[in-house]
Amino acid sequence: MKRIGGLALRRLAQSVPVLLIILIGLFLLLQLAPGDTVDALLAQMGGGDAAVAARLRQDYGLDVSVPVQLGRYLVRLLSFDLGMSAIYGKPVASVIFERLAVTALFMSCALAFAFSAGLVLGVLAARRVNGWPDTLISTLGLVFYAIPSFWLGLMLIVLFSVKLAWLPPGGFESIGQGLTGLAHVLDVARHLVLPILSLSLIFLAIYLRLMRASMLEVMTLDFVRTARAKGLSEGHVLRRHVLRNALLPMVTFVGLQFSTMLGGSVVVESVFSLPGLGRLAFESVVQRDLNTLLGIVLVSAVLVIVVNFIVDLLYAKLDPRIVAR
Amino acid sequence: MQTTRRQVLVAGSALAVAGGGPAFGQAPQRGGTLTVQLTSEQRVLNPAIQASTGVYVMASKIVEPLVDLDAQGEPVGVLAERWEGSADGLTHTFHLRRGVQWHDGKPFVAKDVQFSAMECWKKILNYGTTLYQFLEAVQTPDEHTAVFRFSKPMPQGLLLRALPDLGHVIPAHVYAGTDIRTNPANTAPIGTGPFVFKQYERGQYLIAERNPNYWRGNGQPYLDRIVWRFISDRAAASAALESGQVQFSPYSGLALSDISRLSKDARYTVSTRGNEGNTAHTVMEMNLRRAELAKVEVRRALCHALDLGFFIENFLYGYAKLGTGPIPSSSAPFYVPRSAPYPFDRAKAERMLDDAGYKRPSRGAMRFAQPLKLLPAPWGEYTVNFATFIQQSLREIGVRVEIEARDAPGFLTGVYRDHNFDLTTGWHQYRNDPAVSTTVWFRTGSPVGAPWTNQYGYDNPAMDRAIDVAATELDPTKRKALYQDFVKLAVDDVPVHCAVEHAFISVYSKRLMGSHNTPRWSSSSWHDAWLAPA
Repeated sequence: MKRIGGLALRRLAQSVPVLLIILIGLFLLLQLAPGDTVDALLAQMGGGDAAVAARLRQDYGLDVSVPVQLGRYLVRLLSFDLGMSAIYGKPVASVIFERLAVTALFMSCALAFAFSAGLVLGVLAARRVNGWPDTLISTLGLVFYAIPSFWLGLMLIVLFSVKLAWLPPGGFESIGQGLTGLAHVLDVARHLVLPILSLSLIFLAIYLRLMRASMLEVMTLDFVRTARAKGLSEGHVLRRHVLRNALLPMVTFVGLQFSTMLGGSVVVESVFSLPGLGRLAFESVVQRDLNTLLGIVLVSAVLVIVVNFIVDLLYAKLDPRIVAR
Repeated sequence: MQTTRRQVLVAGSALAVAGGGPAFGQAPQRGGTLTVQLTSEQRVLNPAIQASTGVYVMASKIVEPLVDLDAQGEPVGVLAERWEGSADGLTHTFHLRRGVQWHDGKPFVAKDVQFSAMECWKKILNYGTTLYQFLEAVQTPDEHTAVFRFSKPMPQGLLLRALPDLGHVIPAHVYAGTDIRTNPANTAPIGTGPFVFKQYERGQYLIAERNPNYWRGNGQPYLDRIVWRFISDRAAASAALESGQVQFSPYSGLALSDISRLSKDARYTVSTRGNEGNTAHTVMEMNLRRAELAKVEVRRALCHALDLGFFIENFLYGYAKLGTGPIPSSSAPFYVPRSAPYPFDRAKAERMLDDAGYKRPSRGAMRFAQPLKLLPAPWGEYTVNFATFIQQSLREIGVRVEIEARDAPGFLTGVYRDHNFDLTTGWHQYRNDPAVSTTVWFRTGSPVGAPWTNQYGYDNPAMDRAIDVAATELDPTKRKALYQDFVKLAVDDVPVHCAVEHAFISVYSKRLMGSHNTPRWSSSSWHDAWLAPA
């Protein structure tokens, strides 16, 4: 346990320069985008005179040069202050915190579903390779992979919400019902079914194909033949020997794909009007809300680093020959 | 004025609703929740410091103005019961409604009007800072009288027509002595309106509930609750409407293709009725700094090259008509019927360009050495599609156009600050009196960077004079006549081509009754709206 703690600290220290480069790079990149958050606000208001705009720029701290703005931001960051959000008029940290729960729940469900369903389908396909289950599953995987998530989301809404009226077409929970306890959990679950499906199917397809290939490869290895020769049942061989080894590339991929999924959630959150980080990031870009955007990037970067750290630990657990260092 | 086949159909279906709707003749019913879809949310919900339809559609149910427009488009008192103006136009006295309470229980008094006008409308409110520039003081001789004193004559008609948008009253006892811009009440408004602020979840929804102590009484408001949901994806928004989650999508919030589809669905009303007070033009602005466009013949030729009837019928699904000048036909007090000034005539356009010295070097070649750079205004389908339409139309007369698409801040910076464009499309909102936000498109003197002003280098002293004289003329008849001079100059010089006139489109369930009965209904208080049983 102590070893893991030390490892975590070392990883964190290593990631500080990475985070700094990301933040400064993004800050400078956003300076290239024409217009600032006051322009965005004026666009929303439908007009305003120059004196008002100048005062607003002063309020938002945009009246000084870019290096000074960057310097101020970094100094504030040292005291873990992410600044004020221009759109929301409150601290960025609290804005992000409100949204983080939704995204975390949504993404972990999507990831868990994609991972487990991909795993099961991959194993099924590999066991009956070139048989009809394999053909069916592989074709399905190809179809899922080819469908863009926003289109899938819209089609799911048309089918399940508009035509069949089984599930709500969007939102995170029923508004103003004041549900508590189990009723609330079920209500949120009902709202999340379609978004999770539309975000996870493409990842499910990737995991499925990966799992199938990896299973097939491991099944040809010597130790599998040995296990079979020992007289172990086929199920036992699959579970204890093949599966465990075949999982390694899958776990690697989860770490890699986590950031891709964060990107994909922007689209899905917009289609289903989920109040998550992805939509917040999109809005921040459109409204040039620099503080909020940098805050989101910081939080996402930390999330990705943490997930990859967990993946490393999982590695060691799955394969004792690998030691997390 | 051209009337298209589709407009006739639309008008016909609107009549059918008014005459034979499902609940025609029924008495209003109490109760029910109205859910409204909005495409985007605002930073504040305070209409006294931010004038935009996106704020009104939520906040004007909670916070009320002094004056609104009635079904005929005439000013009608809300928080003001009656008013009178002095002959010199320098003093306007408002007699305020008695017995009105703020949602926190405090009485509404003249001090609230004084505070709102002097601290918010005059100092912070967009368009208000211009309108109330010469407002010297608001005196309160007693608790129910507010006397507006101007240092330059203010036409009463202008003030009364501006007040529905630029005259919302907020409580002085909540705001006085605080930083108005960051006051928490900006996102949890306290007003006098028929609905009381309840809950605001950013990125999700806003809820307001029935005000049981509303001053109109008589069982009003009828609705128990209004919920505004933020659904930014337009396809998802129409799905929410079709699944019954939402009953009303205001301000052309859906894709035009979906609007056209839903107009054939018996469950919904699709109409521009009730939005006449929010009329706008889709325009083409031309940068006079570009040598070719500095010549008025060239600008006129470009206008003649656009087949706007085709554009309206095929791109806008018929929900628009030909523009005739900067004052739209919906503005009864100022509009004098005119025909569309630049009818489509491609041969004439080519001839005019030839005569202006821009002949095609060879058959099929382009006339200008450099292509025109067109920045499409990112204000939705109207302005973006219009840009593509301009590009293709001008190609036919030998003028190449390159489109450079940008998002809102990028567009505002490119056009209004850097002047880095030759052509741009735009959405010019008309705010019931030309002096509020229309003449500013043609007058010189706006500082560089001020959005939605004359930033295309148009400078005609005769125009400036016409605008200034009309703005302070007190006699309504003379004022109307003076604005015809303005329109004629604007149309002849055509720095801005007011190509297409349109009101916002509302899509709503036929269950929604008592609605769209005033010209700015979406921005009004909805005190008499009710829901028929499903």
